[in-house]
Amino acid sequence: MATLISKETIAPQFTRYVLECEPIARKHRAGQFVMVLIHDHGERIPLTIADSDAEAGTITLVVQAVGKTTMEMELLEPGAEIQVAGPLGTPTHVERVGTCVCIGGGAGIAPLYPIAKAMKNAENHIISILGGRTKELVIMREEMEAVSDEMIYTTDDGSFGRKGLVTHALNDLIEERGKPDMVIAIGPAIMMKFVAEMTRPHEIPTIVSLNSIMIDGTGMCGGCRVGLGTETKFVCVDGPEFDGHKVDFDLLMKRQRTFVEQEEEARRRFEEQHRCRAMEGAEVS
Amino acid sequence: MAEKLKPAERLKIPRHPMPAQDPVERRSNFSEVALGYTPEMAMEEAQRCLECKKPHCIDGCPVGIDIPAFIVEVREGRFDKALEIIKQTNTLPAICGRVCPQEDQCEQVCVVGNKYKPVAIGRLERFVADIELTGGTVSMPAAAEKTGYKVAIIGSGPAGLACAAELARMGHDVTIFEALHKPGGVLVYGIPEFRLPKSIVQYEIDNLKKMGVEIRCNYVIGKIATVRELMEEWGYDAVFIGTGAGLPYFMGIPGENYIGVLSANEFLTRVNLMKGYNFPEYDTPVQVGRRVAVVGSGNVAMDCLRTAMRLGSEHVICLYRRTRAESPARLEELEHAEEEGIDFRWLTSPVEVLGNDDGMVTGVRVIKMELGEPDASGRRRPVPIEGSEYEIEVDEVIMAIGQGPNPLVTQTTEGLELNRWGNIVADEETMATSIPGVFAGGDIVTGAATVILAMGAGKKAACGIDGFLRKKREAVPGASAAAV
Repeated sequence: MATLISKETIAPQFTRYVLECEPIARKHRAGQFVMVLIHDHGERIPLTIADSDAEAGTITLVVQAVGKTTMEMELLEPGAEIQVAGPLGTPTHVERVGTCVCIGGGAGIAPLYPIAKAMKNAENHIISILGGRTKELVIMREEMEAVSDEMIYTTDDGSFGRKGLVTHALNDLIEERGKPDMVIAIGPAIMMKFVAEMTRPHEIPTIVSLNSIMIDGTGMCGGCRVGLGTETKFVCVDGPEFDGHKVDFDLLMKRQRTFVEQEEEARRRFEEQHRCRAMEGAEVS
Repeated sequence: MAEKLKPAERLKIPRHPMPAQDPVERRSNFSEVALGYTPEMAMEEAQRCLECKKPHCIDGCPVGIDIPAFIVEVREGRFDKALEIIKQTNTLPAICGRVCPQEDQCEQVCVVGNKYKPVAIGRLERFVADIELTGGTVSMPAAAEKTGYKVAIIGSGPAGLACAAELARMGHDVTIFEALHKPGGVLVYGIPEFRLPKSIVQYEIDNLKKMGVEIRCNYVIGKIATVRELMEEWGYDAVFIGTGAGLPYFMGIPGENYIGVLSANEFLTRVNLMKGYNFPEYDTPVQVGRRVAVVGSGNVAMDCLRTAMRLGSEHVICLYRRTRAESPARLEELEHAEEEGIDFRWLTSPVEVLGNDDGMVTGVRVIKMELGEPDASGRRRPVPIEGSEYEIEVDEVIMAIGQGPNPLVTQTTEGLELNRWGNIVADEETMATSIPGVFAGGDIVTGAATVILAMGAGKKAACGIDGFLRKKREAVPGASAAAV
């Protein structure tokens, strides 16, 4: 059990949740996630721990409301008790490599932050490239700036930083400054795929963090399996971080769509119900 | 008092069949299939027991229930007394009466079975246990005086529950750590409602709580704390590892990662634990293929086949590389599956899963097998028949070919001796592992086996742990943990 201490909207669709769960906070390492279940009829979803405070006994989750469960999560009020299990997954391998480029796209910035922070603490030179569709969707800028030596922003619409994709910025960075010692990329699968394609000819070690479908998060269901070279791995226990040059991204993207119809239906039903309730409330007042 | 019959008369009574839901009806519901004996049926079935002077059945029971003694009480209609006898050695009879492979245990060695059908011991056990569930007197085992020792149990499956019950009865403080959000392990995520109603598991777990056992869900040991930390920082005097066989095996054939290929664990967990059959009332979706192939023929495979049928699949196919005779499933499950219309393809093994450009399963290519020489397991080895390959159109493939040990605990416990399959090496008598104070039992030791064997191991381990704690006390003269 964990108790919701506070929640805060940090961007359209993005909410920061601070949860009290001391044993998890104490054990959390960068790169790990928790399984969250918000009520008896709910589904278990994996969410990366964006930050933790061992002394306060809290963990922070930054969640984009894209499906039924994450939308419903937005309705939780401080004091709510939810089920949280973790910290799960293999922590990031943190060491001093030299220059480390941290690339975050959209919701991927949240899981990127604790890794960038850990790599910074290991005395790496951190160059962060953060991208989003538009300015307000480039989240956690302040936090990322605090753990980065250099910042590059990109937006699809040019409303902030340079217009274009994170891969454009990476390409220019490699051309102008030579190859960095490491690249860590977290974001939509398609973004990670193109980052990995770009670094492959330069042989730059590239780490990606995968978000696949899971139920238990402890290696029991195998729903999260991913192709890694000639092997099959479980994202929940072998990952979530893998060598980006080995990941079969096309398979990952297909598998992510397993329940696309059901997800759509659940979200539509939730939005309808929610809208009805909101309208009833409006009539009363 | 029931009329006492002569042995010859008793043998004339035919074994009572188990009343069951009609196969056509039950194919579309999740209610329990086997309905249980009435008191009259049970008392008459009990007459069939010959009360052997040297009964074999007790030895055939992994937990050594005094079977003739409880059956006599059933015959006389003293059901509460019968329950008391069972509960002396088996804390979870309502579960065992339903899921034990009795035909390989007590009933296999029943003397009546030499010439006739054996006494239906399992059905009688279930009958007696159900009396309690439906409002009979609850016989709580008397607990010994508190010892003050703390024992941590990792995993709330059959091994953990049995171990916890025994330890609590011995007066130790017991905490069970469960990784999932509900306790029960395979009894909850794996075995379907129609075979083992979840209310029964919940009832037994509530009983444990009444005995003072604390259950902490969402605690993934190996991650939130290691075994060593449980002992050195969390204050536990001993630890029992009962983490089961939770790691799904896949076949390693081409196409296995297509959408629509899933492990039995995933399929059953979505349905049983997460109630996926009630989507969208419950949020977890489950794939329901129009044509489904399940690979394997053990109890888990039967559960998958029959679950798929109940979810509305039109055609459900079992692919097994040996024959019906070698099928490891419990006979009753196999018969029930046959009655429900499962298409069994014996001596058939998949060689490739076929899919389309979107990555969705479209079929499975299989090869026919024949039985050759016996292998290490004593069963005749299936050998592929060259040129016998053919394709079956399916849109879902469920792999039910076995599970291995989940490594989350074993890999984070330094100094814990494992065998080459990753199972924990434990002493056969005490279930002690290579680390003092750490015990293990159930599937994590034996590899995937049965509920009752896991419970038997949990009980043994409880005695081993009790012995370890007593020695610990003797080592510190005059100091019981309670006095500290």
